[in-house]
Amino acid sequence: MTRRPVHSEDPDRLYTVTGGRSRADDSAFDLVTLIVSESEPSAGMQSEHVRILTLCRRPTAVVEVAAELGLPVGIVKILLADLHDTGRVSARHPRAAHSRADLPDPELLKQVLVGLQNL
Amino acid sequence: MDSRTSERAARVPLPATADNALKIVIAGGFGVGKTTMVRSISEIRPLNTEETMTQAGLGIDETAGVRSKTTTTVAFDFGRISLNEQMVLYLFGAPGQERFWFLWDRLFAGTLGAVVLVDTRRLEDSWYAIDRLEHHGTPFIVARNNFGDPTHSLEQVRDALSLSDDIPLVDCDARDRESSKAVLIALVNHLYALSSVREMTR
Repeated sequence: MTRRPVHSEDPDRLYTVTGGRSRADDSAFDLVTLIVSESEPSAGMQSEHVRILTLCRRPTAVVEVAAELGLPVGIVKILLADLHDTGRVSARHPRAAHSRADLPDPELLKQVLVGLQNL
Repeated sequence: MDSRTSERAARVPLPATADNALKIVIAGGFGVGKTTMVRSISEIRPLNTEETMTQAGLGIDETAGVRSKTTTTVAFDFGRISLNEQMVLYLFGAPGQERFWFLWDRLFAGTLGAVVLVDTRRLEDSWYAIDRLEHHGTPFIVARNNFGDPTHSLEQVRDALSLSDDIPLVDCDARDRESSKAVLIALVNHLYALSSVREMTR
């Protein structure tokens, strides 16, 4: 595994956390893509990766990972892309995704209604 | 029926089987009760996170005569409701200010629909939200957050908002769990009606 150089001279924490990258491929993760750990944290892993793997033992949305880590969503997407690329997490993407001005499937909406009514 | 609101832990994990997360956006002006509504119905204490956007300055730094890059950070609240073993619904409170248009684009992508929460004392605060939703073609309903006795009828509110008759307008108390639940049900019923019509005309 190649390790990115740590830009220790740069005081910006976020810059360091992501190895200098400022954006991930935006299409990869939705705010509510559910992330699931596929491996346990290992020695030498950066602390943010360890926290993500611990948090995502149960499915956890991207936006919740961001809130729990106290990092902006964009930064978390970069960290998740690293873990996803190396098979350490899997992603369960939202299935209601539809284009603009399109509507979700009535069957799915019926399930949402039942879920809400049972609250 | 259990009352989870009183004993919510900081972290309530989703079931291991959860595999489909949906989004509903609660929009409206500042202080109208978006977070209150999320809090009243969410199974977790509402969480807060931020999105940082870097964009080319568009008319922002015109006084300086340069199109500089601008970084804007927008914080937003969200909560969640587990609907069943597979489906989970995330509720996002979208800040209503016009300068956050880019966050709206993000939040709206793939959302089921939206609730525009209005305060009749400041109806104009909700115009922008309604305008953006219409522009995006995102289906929505409007909910009046009622503080005390209403001084206007819902018909008056509809007129003041120039809201067309096919968009549901309901009353609610965002602090009340059952009331917030009724608003979400009204939205999903609206979506269902729209979706069924589309299926039939296919």
